[in-house]
Amino acid sequence: MPIFIDRRLNPKDKSLGNRQRFLRRAREELKRSIRDQIRTGRIADVDAEHAVPMPERGTGEPSFNNAWNSGRRQHILPGNRHFSPGDLIPKPGQGGGAGASSPGNTASEDDFRFVLSREEVLDLFFEDLELPDMVKLSLKEILAFKPRRAGFAASGSPTNINVGRTMRNSHGRRIALRRPKQEELDAILREIATLEVVPSSAAARQRTAALREELDRLERRRRRIAYVDPVDIRFNRFDLRPVPNANAVMFCLMDVSGSMGEREKDLAKRFFVLLHLFLKRRYDRIDIVFIRHTHLAQEVDEETFFYNTQSGGTVVSTALEEMHRIIEERYPAREWNIYAAQASDGDNFAGDSERCIALLNGKLMRLCQYFAYVEIIDEREAHIFGTTENGTSLWRAYSEIDLRWPNFQMSRIATPADIYPVFRQLFGRQPAPRKRA
Amino acid sequence: MARQASKSSLLFSGSDWDFKTLSRAYDAIEAIAVEELHLETYPVQMEIISSQQMLDAYSSAGMPLMYRHWSFGKHFLHQDLLYRKGGRGLAYELVINSNPCIVYLMEENTMALQALVTAHAALGHNHFFKNNQLFKQWTDAGAILGYLDFAKGYIVRCEERHGLAAVEAVLDSAHALMAQGVFRYHRPPKLSSERQREGLRERLEYEEHSYNDLWRTLPPSQQTANDKGHDLERKKSLNLPEENLLYFLEKNSLILEPWQREIIRIVRVIAQYFYPQRQTQVMNEGCATFVHYTLMNMLFDRGQISEGAMLEILRNHSNVVFQPAYDDPRFSGINPYALGLDMMQDIQRISTEPTAEDREWFPDIAGHGNWLEILLNAWADHRDESFIRQYLSPTLIRKWRFFVLGDAADQPHCQVSSIHNERGYAKIRAALAHSYEIGANQPDIQVVDVDLLGDRHLRLQHKVNDGILLEDASRDATLRHIRRLWGYEVSLAAVDAETGAAIHERSTSQIAE
Repeated sequence: MPIFIDRRLNPKDKSLGNRQRFLRRAREELKRSIRDQIRTGRIADVDAEHAVPMPERGTGEPSFNNAWNSGRRQHILPGNRHFSPGDLIPKPGQGGGAGASSPGNTASEDDFRFVLSREEVLDLFFEDLELPDMVKLSLKEILAFKPRRAGFAASGSPTNINVGRTMRNSHGRRIALRRPKQEELDAILREIATLEVVPSSAAARQRTAALREELDRLERRRRRIAYVDPVDIRFNRFDLRPVPNANAVMFCLMDVSGSMGEREKDLAKRFFVLLHLFLKRRYDRIDIVFIRHTHLAQEVDEETFFYNTQSGGTVVSTALEEMHRIIEERYPAREWNIYAAQASDGDNFAGDSERCIALLNGKLMRLCQYFAYVEIIDEREAHIFGTTENGTSLWRAYSEIDLRWPNFQMSRIATPADIYPVFRQLFGRQPAPRKRA
Repeated sequence: MARQASKSSLLFSGSDWDFKTLSRAYDAIEAIAVEELHLETYPVQMEIISSQQMLDAYSSAGMPLMYRHWSFGKHFLHQDLLYRKGGRGLAYELVINSNPCIVYLMEENTMALQALVTAHAALGHNHFFKNNQLFKQWTDAGAILGYLDFAKGYIVRCEERHGLAAVEAVLDSAHALMAQGVFRYHRPPKLSSERQREGLRERLEYEEHSYNDLWRTLPPSQQTANDKGHDLERKKSLNLPEENLLYFLEKNSLILEPWQREIIRIVRVIAQYFYPQRQTQVMNEGCATFVHYTLMNMLFDRGQISEGAMLEILRNHSNVVFQPAYDDPRFSGINPYALGLDMMQDIQRISTEPTAEDREWFPDIAGHGNWLEILLNAWADHRDESFIRQYLSPTLIRKWRFFVLGDAADQPHCQVSSIHNERGYAKIRAALAHSYEIGANQPDIQVVDVDLLGDRHLRLQHKVNDGILLEDASRDATLRHIRRLWGYEVSLAAVDAETGAAIHERSTSQIAE
């Protein structure tokens, strides 16, 4: 008779630690492939699993191997049908030099794609955004739940015992099982006492004995039937209910004139992705509207938004007007939480900035929950502009709005690490002290 | 009718299993195995696992416990992918050479399959582990689990004390040399190497103390005369040449801390533990397959297995021993299960009903009659290479239609050198046996010289057999790992094994870090 051990209930993921070690080792390369995928993929797709190719560097396991293309060797093969000794067989892939297949060298173990979980993807995405840890945590959290009273349960933690309900059950059970009451016992004891005071007669002695027996029986019964039994205990039950969520719409506004290059668009995209991640945590349903503009604005799909360039001047107010039109048409502010994110290099048609101020002050800021503006500047410009109030015409114009509306945020971005401060207010409970970097 | 009557003696019916049935099946199978096949096994510990856990076991070299390392995570990802894509099914069982012998059974197996697996692993493999000379001499079944437990704990402690990166670096380097980390021909030297190192250190100290610059002024002629002898003595004191690179580095590297030596030792011990398994694939699987096939048939003959279950067992059996021909797209080398089983059944045939040819080839076993005795001896005494060299019969060569293909790298053609005919039998047998010789098929790399008092340049030698060189990229990467463990320059000289002519030399000073 062998020993049997059922291991099926043992903790799973025994090799999780090894997986984490592996990911850490390949971190740089994985980060790059995630970044590439985010650059080419859709904003809403960031928040999911991704398949990535096996990193090449840092994950090799070298050992001394024989080179397949040297020396003399013998292959012993089964299934000969028509060969005789001395037959020559041309080697595969050597005749024309075109076939690259080498015997025993196909399908290497390192050549495969594997899937990173959503958490792992977000970890890699957050890497150089320099988010505070709390924010990372709250972004990864899928939904907010709130415990809500939902009746009673027969099991639970001691802190949740419902005393009233428990005692009611205990009372009912005691009645049903006829648990002797303290008063009955007391009555018998009193009777015995009175009987014992009187000089004993045979009848009295008999009566006393009977009473004592009765007392004994009742006491035993009391011991057997507990005052509060485990079956009586009831606990308050809590249901985790998701926090009621509303709908949100996120407007992405971007200047797509020629001055916005690959780098600018990449930074802008990360900015939009982060805003989307944040909104997704709060709202069940998020619509994303992409509005691009040159001197004309139009609503486009995501593909066009990031990958098509257009030539033309730059008139920012057209985009704001378009946004206003879409809000009027499809997203009434009473039903939708409206968020807007605008990315630009700060160029604007002379005189148009005034119009932007008027539009924002007059209409849009009243409708929006939040309006974030990022100006993407060259890294070399960062230290020139970084500390001054001067800047592009748009920057100067928006500075005014920034002072007036608490739900407006603006920032200059030169590197990915600059993106987060724009959202600081969004993530904080209270409006953080406004600092202009 | 007879079958009807014996219905009650069925070990199981239906495809569901429970622990009681498993236990009853094991008892019946074991009884028949001891009685009819005279198998002798370690006590068995059966563990039921899920497919996820089987994948876990795959990625840690099949061991129930293993230290943590990123490469296991990588292997897991790969196995997981193959499994999910349906590219590869999982094994029905996994068996560990330990005492008690641990057998993993998959929970998805049907009862018929569990019975098959019990016979295969818990008896077949188990018997082989316990009785084969190689395992007896080189592995310690009773201690391996304890050792792995120690190794895991030790490496965790090292990580806590010295940091993940430092431990990982040592493990990476040691893993690269795992194939060169075994003793192939002799067991570790008897003299405690600790004491030996102690002696060496004392000698070094003495020489430092008694250093006198005057010696340098002595005429050089005397020194050169002494040089040869000095060299020899130096090599002798370090036990050179040394084939076990990990052992050499562990004992002699001057830059390693004690904990780093211990980690190298752990990797080396594990490599050595697996070495017999790599030399006995055909025998091990053949033995297990022969045992399960024979036992299942015996049980069926006694009416203890129903016809339905037997059909399922046979279907699985024939999947396992399937051998496609060389030009079949499914061909991926010789199936050790098929070759092993065929050879063992062939021995059975030769000893009971030999042909004239068999009498000529195998005079001592042909018609011997007691096939079991021959098999038990073969299981105990042989490894793949010697087993094939001794027992591969012409009948089997014809059945498999073996042929030998000569492949020289500088020729545009491969040449068929032998086929299954009168002239070819012996050659095919020798060539097949040779192809199972691990020592001959893995690069032969040894430490040949190092001057601990001089520049500490570690010299390795690669004996090139049949002109087969090392692959450049992986060679350089591995040399870098050796350098990391050794701390000083390392060079690898390729030398032709027959002529002794130097082919080329590669040193770490030529390789960028």
